[in-house]
Amino acid sequence: MARPLTQAAAPRRANAGGARPPAILTVLAVENMQCGGCMRKVEQALAALPGVDSARANLSAKRVTAVHGSTAVTTHQLVEALARAGFKAAELADDTANPAKQAERDLLKRLGVAGFAAANIMLLSVSVWSGGGGDMTPSVRALFHWLSALIALPAVAYAGVPFFRSAAQALRARRLNMDVPISLGVTLATAMSLLQTTRGSEQIYFDAAVTLLFFLLVGRFLDQRMRVRTAGAAANLMGLRAATATVILPDGSTEQLGSRLLGPGMRILTVAGERFAVDGRVLDGRSEVDESLITGETAPRSVAAGARIYAGTTNLSGSLVTQATATDQSTLLAEIARLMSAAEQARGHYVRLADRAARLYAPAVHILGLVTFLGWLCAGRGWEAALTVAIAVLIITCPCALALAVPAVQVAAIGRLFSRGVLVKAGDGMERLAEIDTVVFDKTGTLTLGEPALTQTAGVSDAVLARAADLAAASRHPYARAVVRAAEAAGHKIAHRGGVREEAGFGLERTGPTGVERLGSQAWCGAPVSAGDQAAVWYRGGDGAIVRFALEDGLRRDAAEVVQRLNAAGLDTELVSGDRAGVVEAVAGHAGIGRWKARMLPAQKIARIAALQAAGRKVLMVGDGLNDAPALAAAHASLSPSTAADISQTAADAVFQGDRLAPVLEVIAVARATRRMALQNFAIAIGYNCLFVPLAMAGLVTPLLAAIAMSASSIAVTANAVRLKTMRLELDR
Amino acid sequence: MTALAWLIPCALLLGLLGLAAFLWSLNSGQFEDLEGAGWRALQDEEPGREEAAGRKLEG
Repeated sequence: MARPLTQAAAPRRANAGGARPPAILTVLAVENMQCGGCMRKVEQALAALPGVDSARANLSAKRVTAVHGSTAVTTHQLVEALARAGFKAAELADDTANPAKQAERDLLKRLGVAGFAAANIMLLSVSVWSGGGGDMTPSVRALFHWLSALIALPAVAYAGVPFFRSAAQALRARRLNMDVPISLGVTLATAMSLLQTTRGSEQIYFDAAVTLLFFLLVGRFLDQRMRVRTAGAAANLMGLRAATATVILPDGSTEQLGSRLLGPGMRILTVAGERFAVDGRVLDGRSEVDESLITGETAPRSVAAGARIYAGTTNLSGSLVTQATATDQSTLLAEIARLMSAAEQARGHYVRLADRAARLYAPAVHILGLVTFLGWLCAGRGWEAALTVAIAVLIITCPCALALAVPAVQVAAIGRLFSRGVLVKAGDGMERLAEIDTVVFDKTGTLTLGEPALTQTAGVSDAVLARAADLAAASRHPYARAVVRAAEAAGHKIAHRGGVREEAGFGLERTGPTGVERLGSQAWCGAPVSAGDQAAVWYRGGDGAIVRFALEDGLRRDAAEVVQRLNAAGLDTELVSGDRAGVVEAVAGHAGIGRWKARMLPAQKIARIAALQAAGRKVLMVGDGLNDAPALAAAHASLSPSTAADISQTAADAVFQGDRLAPVLEVIAVARATRRMALQNFAIAIGYNCLFVPLAMAGLVTPLLAAIAMSASSIAVTANAVRLKTMRLELDR
Repeated sequence: MTALAWLIPCALLLGLLGLAAFLWSLNSGQFEDLEGAGWRALQDEEPGREEAAGRKLEG
């Protein structure tokens, strides 16, 4: 969304010239901006447009921000300019005020302050520790302690706010979370140290309190950054896939509108090859519609005036004028959305690994601290000495490494998948993906490529194929495209000649030197009726000879191999499709999937997944269609190819790119490695607690020991997580 | 011990300078695009219209 650039909204980017019209900031997602060269081309393409003041690309976010005069340039022109330069772009909502992003910057600031304080206090503490037994006089030591206090108090007050706030919220709701012991430990340590400083004592824990905050903030920041990055990438994806529509205004002129702005009653022109942006009824025109995203069936449906069409389906052969209908409760999309939200609620009960650890850990820490305090009190020490030891226990047990354990691994995992073309949308998705034991595939567009391909060209002479392809090149019908691809694969150069007429719903025709050539349906070419329901396209040459091209929605190249490796890894596979039984059985056979179900409606797909889950299975659903969206939301975890319907990509935990199925293996392998390494990290954190907690309870932990133990465990945990980036992973049992 | 009288303020001042530099770079958006910044350094063409424009956006 373009918005006026005002002082209040973006003070840093204010327009210098007062006399000029106010500038507008437009943010575009650019899909294929991969390197520095592309970044420059994108900026140049936009800056070259008249009316554009400047353009600045962000390579990490794959976005570009253009500053332009308020009315001189439309978003459409910007997108067009990028398309001419070879980039696919789409407008995005301006998210400079995005709360998640603000929170990330806020955490980074607090991290900076905590880092500064930790370094400086450590500098002073090291001098005290090393000089404590030697020539350091008590007055110098007191001076150092006072300096530490001077740095620590404001730093703790500022850097600790996220923890104090979260702890207060938890306590108000009568719950315990990890932030309660953290806040308690930090506050008590700081207060006690201040008290001891005034008395000139040696047991000062300022360094421990601030270092603790520093390491905890690192974990918090990594977690937040991962959320912002995955959410930003998801928003790019959605923006790029949002449909626009050509609306016919009452005066006969046309206008491009985003699908959000469409309303019932509007007349919309959809040319061949475009997707319908809203549900509607056909007013004028005749065509064929590809509804595979909704029904899972690859064979196109013929439509004429009065027919109902659904948003998300593709118009294949002729231009259609449709009237948009209201998306009331009776439409398919609304029904899908209702099923989806019901299914998502069921999944909402998942508790993240870190939270499960916190549930056990937080009470344990409090009990240990309390026991230590009471124990020393009973042993006849004063309350002060007892409290000092109890604080040491709280600090030692404070879950520094624990707080880093999961985010550090997940950041590494998501980064690894990102560089391999898989977009993970949330950290808990990774955890759920690690638990699955059954994989349910959709057929069309998931196991298959979702586009028909010629199956038998053996009996067809090359010359005939080439002539048919010349004719087919004029159409966007998927069958015609399949003929063109087959001819190209056979090494023919396709000439785009004119004079081809397309009869929507029937086929193509051209009057050539040898007579009238036709490519299209059986009736169109006058072919004899043949048995079977297999998709096919006919060609009649100028000499009257008729050739039949059989078509099939081809499997992804590595589908059978992926299924075999999933089975070898002990995962069950199943095929669930809305298509006809014969087709589903054939695909299941080719892919090597034993169990299959055909003619499944969206509600039946959910029921099947619910039945599997009721039997104790953790199901991974892989699907792309609108009809899969509720099942994707219902399953324990879900994956979508990047060609999927918008709503399916929204429902899925991760989206993979490319025409291979192998990313499914990589995702599961990485998710499992992530869980394994998160557990390793927990083990490291707990192992170190087992070593130091008894020492702390016995009152043997000095401030020096606390600082070393805390840093060492945090670094060990982070170093372990980084290994995931380069580790070789194979999916196994 | 008189050395401490100026060494400690010096150390603190340097630390504060570092902190201030970090906060300044954070606020001026230098952490917004860590990948792109590396590439920009490699582009050796004449500073054209869009680079100047880029600076205008940043500053």
